[in-house]
Amino acid sequence: MIMLKKFLVVMAAMAMPSLALAQPANPAPAPVTKEVAAPVVATPAAAAPVVAEAAAAPAAAAPKSMDGSLPGYTPMRPDYANSVGMPKAKEVDFQEQFSDNGQYAKWINNAILLPIITIISLFVLGLLLWVIVRFNRRANPVPSKTTHNTFIEVVWTLIPVLILLGIAYPSLDLLAKQFKPAPANAVTIKATGYQWYWGYTYPDHGGFEVVSNMLKEEGDVAKGERFRTENDGPKLMAADNRMVVPAGVPLRIQTTAADVIHAFAVPSLWFKLDAVPGRLNEKSLTITKPGVYFGQCSELCGARHAFMPIVVEALPPEKFAAWVKAQGGTMPGAEKPAPAAPAVAAPAAAAAPAPTTDPVAAPAAAPTK
Amino acid sequence: MTTIAATGTDLHAHDHHDADHKPGFFARWFMSTNHKDIGTLYLIFAIFAGIIGGAISGLMRLELAAPGIQYLQGWASMMAGKEASLDEAYHMWNVLITAHGLIMVFFMVMPAIIGGFGNWFVPLMIGAPDMAFPRMNNVSFWLTVVAFIMLLGSSFVPGGTGLGAGTGWTVYAPLSTSGSVGPAVDMAIFSLHLAGAASILGAINFITTIFNMRAPGMTLHKMPLFVWSVLVTAFLLLLALPVLAAAITMLLVDRNFGGAFFDAAAGGDPVLYQHLFWFFGHPEVYIMILPGFGIISQIVATFSRKPVFGYLGMAYAMVAIGVVGFVVWAHHMFTTGMSVDMKMYFTAATMVIAVPTGIKIFSWIATMWGGSVSFKTPMVWAMGFIFMFTVGGVTGVVLANGGLDDNLHDTYYVVAHFHYVLSLGAVFSLFAGFYYWFGKMSGRHLNEFLGHLHFWVFFVGVNVLFFPMHFLGNSGMPRRYPDYPEAFAYWNGVASMGYAIMGVGTLIFFVNVIWSLLAGRRAEDNYWGEGATTLEWTLTSPPPYHQFETPPVT
Repeated sequence: MIMLKKFLVVMAAMAMPSLALAQPANPAPAPVTKEVAAPVVATPAAAAPVVAEAAAAPAAAAPKSMDGSLPGYTPMRPDYANSVGMPKAKEVDFQEQFSDNGQYAKWINNAILLPIITIISLFVLGLLLWVIVRFNRRANPVPSKTTHNTFIEVVWTLIPVLILLGIAYPSLDLLAKQFKPAPANAVTIKATGYQWYWGYTYPDHGGFEVVSNMLKEEGDVAKGERFRTENDGPKLMAADNRMVVPAGVPLRIQTTAADVIHAFAVPSLWFKLDAVPGRLNEKSLTITKPGVYFGQCSELCGARHAFMPIVVEALPPEKFAAWVKAQGGTMPGAEKPAPAAPAVAAPAAAAAPAPTTDPVAAPAAAPTK
Repeated sequence: MTTIAATGTDLHAHDHHDADHKPGFFARWFMSTNHKDIGTLYLIFAIFAGIIGGAISGLMRLELAAPGIQYLQGWASMMAGKEASLDEAYHMWNVLITAHGLIMVFFMVMPAIIGGFGNWFVPLMIGAPDMAFPRMNNVSFWLTVVAFIMLLGSSFVPGGTGLGAGTGWTVYAPLSTSGSVGPAVDMAIFSLHLAGAASILGAINFITTIFNMRAPGMTLHKMPLFVWSVLVTAFLLLLALPVLAAAITMLLVDRNFGGAFFDAAAGGDPVLYQHLFWFFGHPEVYIMILPGFGIISQIVATFSRKPVFGYLGMAYAMVAIGVVGFVVWAHHMFTTGMSVDMKMYFTAATMVIAVPTGIKIFSWIATMWGGSVSFKTPMVWAMGFIFMFTVGGVTGVVLANGGLDDNLHDTYYVVAHFHYVLSLGAVFSLFAGFYYWFGKMSGRHLNEFLGHLHFWVFFVGVNVLFFPMHFLGNSGMPRRYPDYPEAFAYWNGVASMGYAIMGVGTLIFFVNVIWSLLAGRRAEDNYWGEGATTLEWTLTSPPPYHQFETPPVT
């Protein structure tokens, strides 16, 4: 109940600008960058310097290209051979994981839970088969009259409790790891869900927003317009502009939405976080390897729910810096020598919802737990 | 359960003699106050709704059988009476998943298991002449019918991008408020109001009946477990449904009267709706399965010729499931951005439910243990239930882990899980109950061979249909998608084949029912023999129009 109350307070403070400036449905995929002030930043105080920064970077610097490349940046070709970051045909297992928490979670499932639940199911099946063989009417014409056995009832209550305790330990440990706040120097990316596309804002890098639409097939677009190629990714999963992030560096992923609830999900990173209008959710993530990681919207959001994919491209930090430059953004501390607090980064980090005490939504400045 | 001595045969013969005067057709079926007739109406209604809900899932499996959009646009055009756009086709998909969910939950499982079997057998099992409030019973039924008509009608009026309510059965705001313009969602909400009101009235009726109308000598701790299960279910209904009613009324206010309960721009919170919905929604899943537990307990005891093992443990395990079911709701919301403390609590609390559920599974097996088990059709369904419910239960334990749910939430793994506990759990218990009691209700035997054939075809079908969904979920396929990447094609194709097999199984069922009604062997009073000890077996098949006018002594 206290949470609910707190949520309501947070909502009131955050929501209005984002909803009032909701986007038109599915804009033309042309603008690669746009200034951040429009749909996402909540506090005007924080927005002001960012806007100035973005204005300095000419949006027109990004030419329209048929393969999504920019000066100094060419989209990485997904690793189809190893099905990195994408589902594999006939697969029964989870996708290969590219974050430490993802590997740990997959291990918990495959090494602990899956064996336990398989054994329990087979045990019950075995008992039923034994009943069929041993206690059918022909084999056992006279039924016993046993209706109680305190010992066995205690046993089948206590053993499940012990099994559950065994599961709970790694499970809660995983939760604690997943909720470890990102360090103060983590790279912040804000993913905003729209009907039906994603916007990725980089508050630490000048606050530009990358608009990401699903790429259509060649037959479905007008002549001269960009369509999906194998370089972009599998059908229905490829996007014109990717969420480019540095690999091996802690990321602070924030999600919100402009219209209805969406969910930002990338299975190969074990990451799923709802994008809720008026809320700013946050989770930390470190991608261990450069690569392209595909995901899809995971909360019913209307007609084109299945057609707003998420594409995360993790690059080595120096290539990420080149991409930021190509977007017209700046690296934190790039203009001024290192020790001084970078003017751009500071307000951007504070762009997170200021009036909250909720550790989840709080900006990195408050590493509480 | 504890054994209940049969009443003297002359008693019900006497009943039969002077109490079998039935009203005319219209008065009997449209103004009914007879619990057995109302139960029959509920069963017919549930079968009808099940055919519609099942046909909708057939459309879904057809579209999902291969990647790409093959049929949706044609269906959407047919519904609209004009060429439908691709967006309208996608909206049509959302209407299908919404309708399938709502129909199966509110108009198939609940009417069949509570309205149908509950109405028929609770009064018989406790030795009561009827339900406590016979007229209210009739109101419950007809409200459900009107609710169903409202829901079906909503598919033909505008609901945003296209015709019908495309919000999912959860009706999440703001998709259901600002995200769906037009009267369809309002109609769907009214439908839920009516269905909910009907269920609340039914719950009041069951609680009053069970508390006040038991035959002399039948204490609470001597009641058959099916009656216990309906009692616990009635309390869940009574406590959970008003919360749903409140939540969807708030939706109506937001939609039509400028409210802002769930509108973040005006100080509301979309996640508040999810808390309210799942405070109802989680007990709701136990509402659907608990009476099934009761049916399975009766059947296992009957065909093992043994009383239920650990009767009190069984009864209070259901009470425990009901109580704990009210404090685990937010495990449906693990990805909404809740704090780590909340996530840990709901992870732990959810896992606790596995304990009473385990008690029930093991007690059923212990009931069979040492028994003299005959594998008649109802028993085969009951054993299928026990195994399939176990499989669905253990994947529930996986999903209970908030950290793992980060990947599995809203994927096909969840779809697989809840179809194992509902489509293979609740529905198996419904079929088991139907085969168990059909002779008692109709006076004619179902065909044993067709019953077994139905079981095996259906069993294979639903497993081929739902098991691959675990794989799809593991590799990341989200729910509620009309189209999917090539990589998901194989298991989707397999699942669609499973649907076809299940469909054949269902056809066998209908052949069996129609054949038996026309030409089935006449059923004796107690056609299952010495294992069937509850009071309904002391009456004729079908029972007299009014029974137990003089309370039976138990």
